[in-house]
Amino acid sequence: MLFTIGLNVLTGLLLVISLLRDRRKTVMALKKAWKSLDNILPLFLSIIVLLGIMLAILSPQVISKLIGQESGWLGITIAAVIGSVTLIPGVVTFPLAAALLKSGASFTAIVVFVSTSMMVGVVTYPVEARYFRHRAAIVRNTLALLFSFVVAIILGRILK
Amino acid sequence: MMGLLKRYRYMLAIVGVNIILLMVRPELGLKAFKMTESNSIEILMNIPAIFILLGLLDTWIRKETMIRIMGEKSGILGIVVAFLLGSVAAGPMYATFPIAGTLMNKGAKFFNIIVFVGAWSTTKLPMLFFEASAMGWRFMLARFVIDIPIILLIAFITEKMVMGSEKELIYANVNEIANS
Repeated sequence: MLFTIGLNVLTGLLLVISLLRDRRKTVMALKKAWKSLDNILPLFLSIIVLLGIMLAILSPQVISKLIGQESGWLGITIAAVIGSVTLIPGVVTFPLAAALLKSGASFTAIVVFVSTSMMVGVVTYPVEARYFRHRAAIVRNTLALLFSFVVAIILGRILK
Repeated sequence: MMGLLKRYRYMLAIVGVNIILLMVRPELGLKAFKMTESNSIEILMNIPAIFILLGLLDTWIRKETMIRIMGEKSGILGIVVAFLLGSVAAGPMYATFPIAGTLMNKGAKFFNIIVFVGAWSTTKLPMLFFEASAMGWRFMLARFVIDIPIILLIAFITEKMVMGSEKELIYANVNEIANS
């Protein structure tokens, strides 16, 4: 919330400065802003609605059940899949991860879940591929998935 | 009107799925619509500002300046700027890509772009505080320190994998998006 306010205040301020210095350039900037937003808006809105459905189905309770019950590699794999397909905001991920740890879920699985939910974006892939094309988007997501396991293993060693 | 319908056909199809869900499992369907509503509100509060900033950046910052700061020969400076830009950012993951596109059009190096995306997704400052309060400072700091070299490594390998013609195609593609 604080960042939303900060972002909007900053933008407003820069917009006023821009307007005072050059009206024509400012109009051009706003036109460009609208053009790029209009360009990506259909994709953005699709993702938001899809995300709504996903978050409703994969509620924190369901995720806890899925990750918390299975141990070993199966648990880690489930964590990676859920983390990758959902784009859960940190506000939900971290308390969920903390609660899962407390209830005895595997540390590695939880870190993989946290890491993949941040770095790997299956739902956001269409937007990523629109800008980076497929090869770079696939490479980046695959590496992010692989390194989520690396992070989990190293963190496990350090924090135990 | 038809054009608008065509552009939003995927979104309408997904809304259709949600309506079906509403009929089959009313509770879930309603929850999904509520999620969409609150996410849309968040988007409406952040996205216009982000795109206006991008428009201003596009018109006011000269290409030479961006190349100096984040371009091929920007070295450590470019990496640090990419990192800081990503870390102070607010907004959901999918907002990074249009920003990345604008930066690329201005001449930012692809390596730095992937660093920026990595920082945006894993070391965002507002999220770090939240992480520390939920998981503890030790967890947050350890993850932060481990993630920095990993972000660089991912950027390094990704850039190597698209060397040559594919990278030219990527830059041509973002240029086309900007001018379409």
